[in-house]
Amino acid sequence: MISNWPILTIITFLPMIGVAFLLMIRGDEEVVARNARNVALWVSGFTFVISLALVLNFDAQAAGYQFEERAEWLPGSGISYHLGVDGISMPFILLATFLSPLAILASWKAITHRVREYMIAFLVLETMMVGMFASLDMLMFYLFFEGVLIPMFIIIGVWGGKRRVYAAFKFFLYTLLGSVLMLVCMLAMYIDAGTTDIPMLTAHGFAATMQTWLFLGFLASFAVKVPMWPVHTWLPDAHVEAPTAGSMILAGVLLKMGGYGFIRFSLPMFPLASEFFAPLIFALSIIAVIYTSLVALAQSDMKKLIAYSSVAHMGFVTIGIFTLTEQGVAGAMFQMISHGLVSAALFFCVGVVYDRLHTREISAYGGVAAVMPRYAVFFMFMMLASVGLPGTSGFVGEMLVLVGAWKASSWVALFTATGLVLGATYMLWLYRRVMFGKIVSAEVEAMEPIGRREVMIFVPLTVLVLWFGVYPASLLDVMAGSIQVVLDSVAAGGAFVIAGR
Amino acid sequence: MFVFQMADIMPALPEIFLAAVALVLVLVAAYGGETAANARRVTQFAMAGIAIALLLVINSDQVITSAFGGMFSADAFAGFMKALVLLGTFAALAMSIRTSGDDDINKPEYSLLILLALVGMMLMISADNLMALYMGIELQSLPLYVVAAMRTSSLRSSEAGLKYFLLGALSSGLLLYGASLVYGIAGTTDFNGIALALAGQDLPPVFIIGMVFMICGLAFKISAAPFHMWTPDVYEGSPTLVTALFAIAPKVAAISLLMRLTYGAFGGIADQWQQVLVALSVASMVIGALGAIMQTDIKRMMAYSSIAHMGYATAGLAAGSVAGATGVMIYMTGYVFMGAGTFAIILLMRRDGAEATKIVDLKGLSRTHPSLAVGLLIMMFSMAGIPPLAGFFGKWYVFLAAVEAGLVPLAIIGVVTSVVGAFYYLRIIRLMYFDDTETPLDAGIPIANRMVLGASLAVVLLFFAGLGSLLGAADTAAVALIMAR
Repeated sequence: MISNWPILTIITFLPMIGVAFLLMIRGDEEVVARNARNVALWVSGFTFVISLALVLNFDAQAAGYQFEERAEWLPGSGISYHLGVDGISMPFILLATFLSPLAILASWKAITHRVREYMIAFLVLETMMVGMFASLDMLMFYLFFEGVLIPMFIIIGVWGGKRRVYAAFKFFLYTLLGSVLMLVCMLAMYIDAGTTDIPMLTAHGFAATMQTWLFLGFLASFAVKVPMWPVHTWLPDAHVEAPTAGSMILAGVLLKMGGYGFIRFSLPMFPLASEFFAPLIFALSIIAVIYTSLVALAQSDMKKLIAYSSVAHMGFVTIGIFTLTEQGVAGAMFQMISHGLVSAALFFCVGVVYDRLHTREISAYGGVAAVMPRYAVFFMFMMLASVGLPGTSGFVGEMLVLVGAWKASSWVALFTATGLVLGATYMLWLYRRVMFGKIVSAEVEAMEPIGRREVMIFVPLTVLVLWFGVYPASLLDVMAGSIQVVLDSVAAGGAFVIAGR
Repeated sequence: MFVFQMADIMPALPEIFLAAVALVLVLVAAYGGETAANARRVTQFAMAGIAIALLLVINSDQVITSAFGGMFSADAFAGFMKALVLLGTFAALAMSIRTSGDDDINKPEYSLLILLALVGMMLMISADNLMALYMGIELQSLPLYVVAAMRTSSLRSSEAGLKYFLLGALSSGLLLYGASLVYGIAGTTDFNGIALALAGQDLPPVFIIGMVFMICGLAFKISAAPFHMWTPDVYEGSPTLVTALFAIAPKVAAISLLMRLTYGAFGGIADQWQQVLVALSVASMVIGALGAIMQTDIKRMMAYSSIAHMGYATAGLAAGSVAGATGVMIYMTGYVFMGAGTFAIILLMRRDGAEATKIVDLKGLSRTHPSLAVGLLIMMFSMAGIPPLAGFFGKWYVFLAAVEAGLVPLAIIGVVTSVVGAFYYLRIIRLMYFDDTETPLDAGIPIANRMVLGASLAVVLLFFAGLGSLLGAADTAAVALIMAR
C-alpha cells in the first residue's frame, strides 16, 4: 500500500509544510522562538521517520530507479517532474533527513536571535537537499542544486561569526560561478538530446568532442562544491564563519553534492571524457590530500583545521570515483556517507566547546578531558573515525578507495596513503592539545560537562559510525547494484561512442 | 486608399477605448481642479479603464488580426505583450495613489499622461508599418518626457526630463533616418512588404546602414548599451513613481517593437542584424553588471540592473528563432513582475516623509520591516537568476535559444556577467539582513503597494508552476510573430 504513495514528493516537500507552520506562529519573541524550535524539530524528525520507509521498501537487487514519480511539468518539451532513487542517491537522502533534525537540535541554545527565520532557512535547506538527490530530471536537479545557495547564504550571513559577510559572499559567488558554467553545458545537452530526463540522457551517448566540453563545464561546478584544490578556498571561510549547525550541514551534506554529481552525471554521461581526464583529477586530488593536510597541521583555529581535513577527505572521494573501479566508486560513496556523519559530529564537537568558551583558538583550550570526560570520549571516537581507525566507518571508505587506487595506479595509491598518515598526525595532535595536558585557565575549568541534549546528538552519530564500521555490507549492498550500472554504462558508453562515431 | 471600416475597430478596440477614456479624463482633470482628491479620482478612472482594456485584450478572438490596411496587427504576440504592459502600468498607477496632497506630482494630469503613453506603447506593440512604428513611439515618448520633469520644484527632475527629451529626440531622429533609408530601398513602409522586397535581393550597403540606424534608435528606447547613458540619470532624477513606470512598461513595448522589426520586416535577413544584436547584448550585460557595482543610489542601481536585463533579453532576440522570441517573452514576463515588486518596496523608502533612496537606507530593514525585507530578498534573488524563482527561467530560455543558435560564447558571457550581477543584488540582501540600523525607514505600507508586492511575489515564487501554460502562450505568440510572414 505504501508503495503507491508519492513518498519522495512527501519527503521533499514536508519541510515546506513546516515553513508554513512557522510563518503562522504569533506571539512575543520568547514564545515564537520556543515554538519555532519545536516545530522545526518535529517536522524534520517526522521527515526522517518517513524517509525510513525508503530504506525498508528499497530493493537492493533491482537495477533501475525505484519509487519513481513522474508528472507533466512542461508538456512537449522533454522536461518533466521526475523523481526517483537508486542505491546511489537513497543513502544521501537518508543522510540529509538524518542530519537535519540533529543540526536543528544542535542550534537549540546557540541560536538566540531571529529563531523563526533561522528554522525557516533550515527547513528550506532540507527541501532543497532532498529534492536535489531525488531529482531524475536535470533541470529539477539544477533548481535544487542552486536553490541551496539561498538558505545557506542567509544562514552564514545572519547567524555567522565576525567575518560572516565576507564568507557568505565568497561562498555564494564561488559556487554560483561554477554552477552557471554547468548551466550552459546543460543547455547544450538539452538541445542535443531533446530532453532533460536523467535516465534518457545517460542512454543518449554524446559525441566525443562534446563530452570533453561538457565534462569541463560540469567539473567547474562540482569541483567547487566538493571542493577540489585549487577552488577549495571558500570552504575554510564558510565553515569558520557559519554557525555550528550550518557547518554540520555544509560538511555533512552539501559537499556531497559534488561527488554525487560526478557519479550521476560525469561518469555515465561523459564516459570518454571521464577516462581522459582521470589523471587530471588524480593530480588535483592528490595535491588536495597532501597540501590541505599540511595546511591543517598549521591551523590554530579548530574549525578551520576540521574544514581543511574535509577538503583532504573529499580528495579521497574524487580519487575513488575516477579510478572507475567497483571498489574505488563504492569506497568513494562509503567515504562520503561516513564523512557526512563524522565531519558533522566533529563540527558539533567544536560547537560544544565554542558555546561554552566562545573561542575556537586551539591555544585557549587544554586539559578539557579532565573537565568534560564524556565529551572527551565522543570527541576521541569521532577523531579516530576521521583518521580511519578499523571498526569505524572511516576505515572502510579509505580502504576501498586505496584498493581502487591501487588498481588504477600504484603511484596514486602511494600518494593517497601518505594523506592517511598526515591525517592521523593533525587529528591526534589537535586532540592532544585540546584534551590533554594541564587545564590552561579558570574558564576551561569552569566549563560544564555535556548535557542531555548534546548526548542525544552524539549518540545517534556514534552508533551509525560504529555500525557502518563493523557491518559495512549493510550500506555496500544497497549501493553495489547501482554502482555496477554506472560502471557498466561507463564501459559500454565508451565502446558505443568509439564504435558509433 | 482604403476605406475606414468597422472591421478595423475590433482589433484596435482596447487602444480606442483607452484613448477615449483619456479624452474624457482630460475634461475631468480640467474641471475637477488641482486637488489631490481629483488626482485620485482621475487615477482611479484610469485604472478602471486599464482593467477593462486588459479584459478586452485577453478576450480578443484574434480572428481578424490586421487592421487599418495592415498598419496595425493585433495577433497573439501583441496580446501577450499588451497584457504585460497593461499589468505593469496598472501596478505603477495603483501605487501612485496618495491620500495626502503634499506631493507636487500628485496632480490629475499625471495619470492622464501615463494613460496616453500607454496607448502609445500598445500601438508600438501592434505596429506593423514604419509609419505606425514612429507614431507609436512618439505617442509613448512625449507624455513620458513630461512626467519625468513633473516635479517642478526639483532641479534633478527637470534635468531628467530634459535629458530624456534630448536623447529621446536623438534616438527618434536616428530611427526616422534609418526608416527613410529602409523605405528608399524597399519601396514600402509595410513590414510584410519590406520582408517581401528584401527576399532574395542583394542588399546594398545603404540599406544595412538604415537597418543599423533603426536598431540603434530602438536600442536607445530599451536602454541597451552603448545607448544607455540617459538611463541612470533619468531613473535617479525622475520622481520614484515615474521611475517605477519607466523601469517596466516602456521597456516591454520597445523590445516588442524591436522584435516586430527584426523578426518581421527583417525576418529574412537575420544574419545581417544578428551581430548587431549580439554586440548590443554583450555590451549591455557587461556594462549593466559592472556599472551597478559602483552605485550608491538604489534607483541608479536599478537603472544599471535594467540595462543588464535588456542585455539578457537581447541575447534571446539575437538567436533569431521561434525559441528566441519565446525566450524573450518569458524573460519579459518575469521582468515585469520583478520590477513591479521591487519598486513597490523602493517607493516606500522614505524617512520622515522624505525620499530616502540611498542603498544604505535599506540597512537593517529585516528588523524594522520584516515583510518588506523578505519581499525584496526574493526579488533580488530572482533578479540574480537564482532558481527556482522567475528570473532563472527567463535566463534559462533566452540562453537556451542563444546556445541553440550557435551563440555559445554569448551564453557564456551572459552567465558570467550574471554572477557579477549577483554581487550587487546580494549587497542589498546583506544590508537588509546582516546589518543593523538606528534610523529606520517610515512605518506603514499602503494597501496598493502591499497588493502589488503580494501579487508580484506570488508570480515570482510560483513561476515554475505556471511555466507550462505560460510557455504555451509564449510559443503561440512567437509563432504568430514569425510565421505570419
